[in-house]
Amino acid sequence: MPNTKALASYEEREKRFTGAHALCAGCGTPIAVRAVLNAIEEPVVVVTATGCLEVATTRYPTTAWNVPWLHVAFENAAAVASGVESAYRVLRRRGKISKEIRFVAFAGDGGTYDIGLQALSGALERGHRFLYVCCDNEAYMNTGNQRSGATPFAAQTSTAPVGQESFGKIQRRKDLTEIVVAHRIPFVAQASIGDWYDLANKVRKAISTDGPSFINVMSSCPRGWGHDANQTVKITRLALETCFWPLFEVEDGRWSLNYVPEERLPIEIWLRPQKRFAHLFEPQEKTELLREIQKQVDRDWERLLQRCEVSACASV
Amino acid sequence: MKKILEKEHRTLLTGAEAAAHTMRQLRPEVVPVYPITPQTPIIETFAQFVADGFVDTEIINVESEHSAMSAAVGASCGGARVLTATSSQGLALMLEICYIASAMRCPIGMAVGSRALSGPINIHCDHSDSMMARDAGWVQIFCENAQEAYDLSIVGQKLAEDQRVLLPVMTIQDGFTITHSAEPVALLPDEAVTEFVGEYRALYPLLDTEHPTTQGPFALPDYYFELKRQQVDAMENVYAVWGELQEEFAKLSGRRYRGLFEAYKLDDAEYIYIVLGATAGTAKVAIDRLRRQRKRVGLLKPWLFRPFPTEEIAQALQGCKAVAILDRALSLGSWGPLYSEISAALNTVSARPLLYNYIYGLGGRDIRPDQLMSVLKDLEGESDANVQRFIGLRE
Ligand SMILES: Cc1ncc(C[n+]2csc(CCOP(=O)(O)OP(=O)(O)O)c2C)c(N)n1
Ligand code: SF4
Ligand SMILES: [Mg+2]
Repeated sequence: MPNTKALASYEEREKRFTGAHALCAGCGTPIAVRAVLNAIEEPVVVVTATGCLEVATTRYPTTAWNVPWLHVAFENAAAVASGVESAYRVLRRRGKISKEIRFVAFAGDGGTYDIGLQALSGALERGHRFLYVCCDNEAYMNTGNQRSGATPFAAQTSTAPVGQESFGKIQRRKDLTEIVVAHRIPFVAQASIGDWYDLANKVRKAISTDGPSFINVMSSCPRGWGHDANQTVKITRLALETCFWPLFEVEDGRWSLNYVPEERLPIEIWLRPQKRFAHLFEPQEKTELLREIQKQVDRDWERLLQRCEVSACASV
Repeated sequence: MKKILEKEHRTLLTGAEAAAHTMRQLRPEVVPVYPITPQTPIIETFAQFVADGFVDTEIINVESEHSAMSAAVGASCGGARVLTATSSQGLALMLEICYIASAMRCPIGMAVGSRALSGPINIHCDHSDSMMARDAGWVQIFCENAQEAYDLSIVGQKLAEDQRVLLPVMTIQDGFTITHSAEPVALLPDEAVTEFVGEYRALYPLLDTEHPTTQGPFALPDYYFELKRQQVDAMENVYAVWGELQEEFAKLSGRRYRGLFEAYKLDDAEYIYIVLGATAGTAKVAIDRLRRQRKRVGLLKPWLFRPFPTEEIAQALQGCKAVAILDRALSLGSWGPLYSEISAALNTVSARPLLYNYIYGLGGRDIRPDQLMSVLKDLEGESDANVQRFIGLRE
């Protein structure tokens, strides 16, 4: 596990991702990107899907990237990365490149859970050696906060609005991390910008894996979630403390938990400061819905504990 | 690496096999592919070449054509020579990324086995697939037979990678008619092809980590237009580079593709047929028979559809009496795509011939020499010009 000094030295080593971008103040995505790139020691090549990260960091003729960076479209980051990585393997074999290079693809939840799921699945199945990082801010933010397959139950978005007949999104979010685990790739993890150590540690593991790896990083979007720009890290931390977004990893099929809150907070604590959930509390509290959400979180947490216990027993 | 061809070799090959030989001889680094009839024998034959150790390409068996083209762009930006192949629905699924491939100036080579677009679903030849992609910024080369498919994909790759061009190139052969029919094909020695095309060197390879580049950025109204203009210039350069390369290729192979189209008995022709691809073979039979009846007819077969040889074709048609433009695709609500091109090309010509538009062969409907011959009566004045007609259709 990297210590504070190590983390600081990563940041000093090389400014791979600079501040020359137009992401909103308080955006969680650049925090994730910087943490990921800083934790990699080898030369790195980055592929990015269309989304806030791409649009706000590469307004031609400027760029925020100090590493080779490629964007092609919205739904194909994994396929593009497959191409780059394959080119690298042949060019190395043919003696035209001698360096060790690592490959990272960044995409949003929309570009991963939804429109890019097929490309991701194909690339994982084929076994390309690259790290895929999903910056999960739980909606299509770049186009103005439309619902995605990652948007939580009862959240308000511009395409799942609240009204007389609606309480926001009526479906539950899909469990993408588990879908990725089903591909039996060597390393899968869930992480958060609320825990930098944990994220850096996972990146180190992922990047040294000889095969595909995947990290799903929760990173808040203050504009879409509806909180102040200085609350980003705090809100994502509350997702850990309420067990809405547990930190875990699956290494060669073995599940392990990376964080267990000393005292689990009720989900309300995470929901309440976010405007996208305001309708659950105003004008009056929607107790039924809140109970339903808590039930969902409890069930998922139990299931995760079981998975990790079974793995722990098996490895004893 | 094992070689199979040390010297020139004449053998019986299908168009698909001929295309696979080109792929083998071009020694691409990466070939992302997804199967679809009638392209499949191209990629199957090539996969066998790789499996047998004749070429050390990284084939990526992607999960869709969308990913095939995406991986192709990724690999090409990385600095690799990239080839692929597809047909019909596959090309349709790729199309979003085809536009990006050309805008990013990726010299990807793609063999297209033409097949009608759904719906209804159909597996046979027409040109609706390549016509759908005509505005995607790719050079489009139409081939009449397996030999052309072989030769022009070799020249096409060198054209794609020429620094004055740097555009992706589609080499189009008619599905089944060419892809699945065996004909004698003269293959060049491996070494000769390798030398002719040379090594691909990307100007700004993404994999050069010491000189990091940002590729595929977000361009707003202040830059987008100028970047598009550069593609216009690159297309414009194709004409001249094509000419140079055909001279070089003729020295190498003895086969000469002079000009941007084939002129078959055009010199004294009063009535001219224009057709793309394999139907040119049928048209030549029709022309020969009509010539025996002392009709002054000829055939103009464009090899290039993009960029379109506007000036050269206008010159060739100027002064003739009438032109039959045969389209194997529709542009519903307008003329056939080839007709529109020709009509626009003739705007600068004072002695403008009458134009006749024929739609034929959709979904693989056969076309015979006698059907092509009977068109001549229209051209000779029996029917009005500027009417879209259909050949071989039950009304
Ligand atoms: C094929 C296609 N469909 C739709 C879009 C429009 N679009 C661009 S970004 C985006 C949403 C991105 O959402 P996400 O992947 O979650 O990234 P975020 O911006 O939230 O970080 C959409 C819908 C597009 N560019 N391409
Ligand atoms: S809209 Fe949200 S995700 Fe996009 S840059 Fe702003 S804060 Fe970040
Ligand atoms: Mg998002």
